[in-house]
Amino acid sequence: MRRPILGCVLALLAIAPAAFANQRSEAKSQVEFGIKVAQAGLWNEALYRWQKAVQIDPTYAQAWNNLAIAYEHDGKFEDAAKAYQKALELDPKNLLIRQNYDLFKEINDRTKRRSSK
Amino acid sequence: MTARSAAAVSSVLLACGLLVAGCTDYYEIPIETPIQPKMDVTGFQRVLVAGFIAGGTEDLDPNLETVRLLRSQLRTKSPLRVIEAEVLPLVEIAGDGKEIKENGATANTPSAPGAAGLTPINASAPADGRPQANGKPAPSLESQIKTEKDFQKYDKIFADVSYWKKLGEEYQNPLIVTGTVLFAPQQTAGFVTREQEVFDATGRRRVIPIRAYMERKGFMLIPKFIFIDGRTGATLYSETFREEVLYNAQQNTPALSSYFELMDRVIPSFLSTLSAQKIRGTRVLLK
Repeated sequence: MRRPILGCVLALLAIAPAAFANQRSEAKSQVEFGIKVAQAGLWNEALYRWQKAVQIDPTYAQAWNNLAIAYEHDGKFEDAAKAYQKALELDPKNLLIRQNYDLFKEINDRTKRRSSK
Repeated sequence: MTARSAAAVSSVLLACGLLVAGCTDYYEIPIETPIQPKMDVTGFQRVLVAGFIAGGTEDLDPNLETVRLLRSQLRTKSPLRVIEAEVLPLVEIAGDGKEIKENGATANTPSAPGAAGLTPINASAPADGRPQANGKPAPSLESQIKTEKDFQKYDKIFADVSYWKKLGEEYQNPLIVTGTVLFAPQQTAGFVTREQEVFDATGRRRVIPIRAYMERKGFMLIPKFIFIDGRTGATLYSETFREEVLYNAQQNTPALSSYFELMDRVIPSFLSTLSAQKIRGTRVLLK
């Protein structure tokens, strides 16, 4: 009885990294396509691609960063803040994400100050 | 090659690869972040910059200049149609609050200032209506405004809902922009840090910061913009700004150019009250 269970666990452990790599590569292709269309000014399409990327791989910090930028471009500041925070949570040492977040915060804080007047 | 050295080489190669990959896996992209207007003006099609209670200097008329400037800015940078009307001498109208209350708003329209029972106070008549003992013309009400405190006695006009409603009816219920503007000269003296050019023994030029006592003069601008619903006469939003500029005491800068310099700083915020603005910047997309 023990042997089949152990076998299953070992099989799962063997498959898991491959599955994870597969997920990441699928998410990455969405991210790359999103970057291309964003550079062409098609931000709605980019937003859709990055949303899909974080659905496929929720641990993909770069995808969350790009998603935050798309939200920011759309004026959805609350969503942008959440996405930036998620990106930083996953990759706290990434200076580029931090830089994006700081620039976003500057605008967001200003808007908040205005609306609280 | 031993296993250890091979591992070392491969790890260096990997590090280099990651570095290169890291360098190419980001893309700087320009973005325009939309900032929503502070006020919802979708219910209005027209805007009336009525006039301001202004003072602080006699070198220029801050009421007239502010109305002109705001109208020209709104004409090009807002979706609202700007109503061209005579500038209200608001300080005179507000200066006689008793009559505003007694006569209602009917008299105080841009087309008929001072008509139908409301007597605006002009430069030659004092606020209380008494003749001047020495026969000289009384100072204008604007010239009596020197500080922010001096606006307090005129504040009641902004709360006079019937007055603004009546004015609104006359112009087909626009959004009304009014408020107070203080543009006053100021003078300060104290230590300031400035850069000075020095040459050392070898003739090399250096710029060093030095602290020096300086007398400076300039102007301060304190505009308070009040946005009133012409349909109801109620205040929708108000915002106060404070800007100042100081020059070297020897520098002679005309009041009008200082006024425009200071208003230039305020105008973007004023416009963002009524219309959406976009902040341009760049962000980094990552792979």
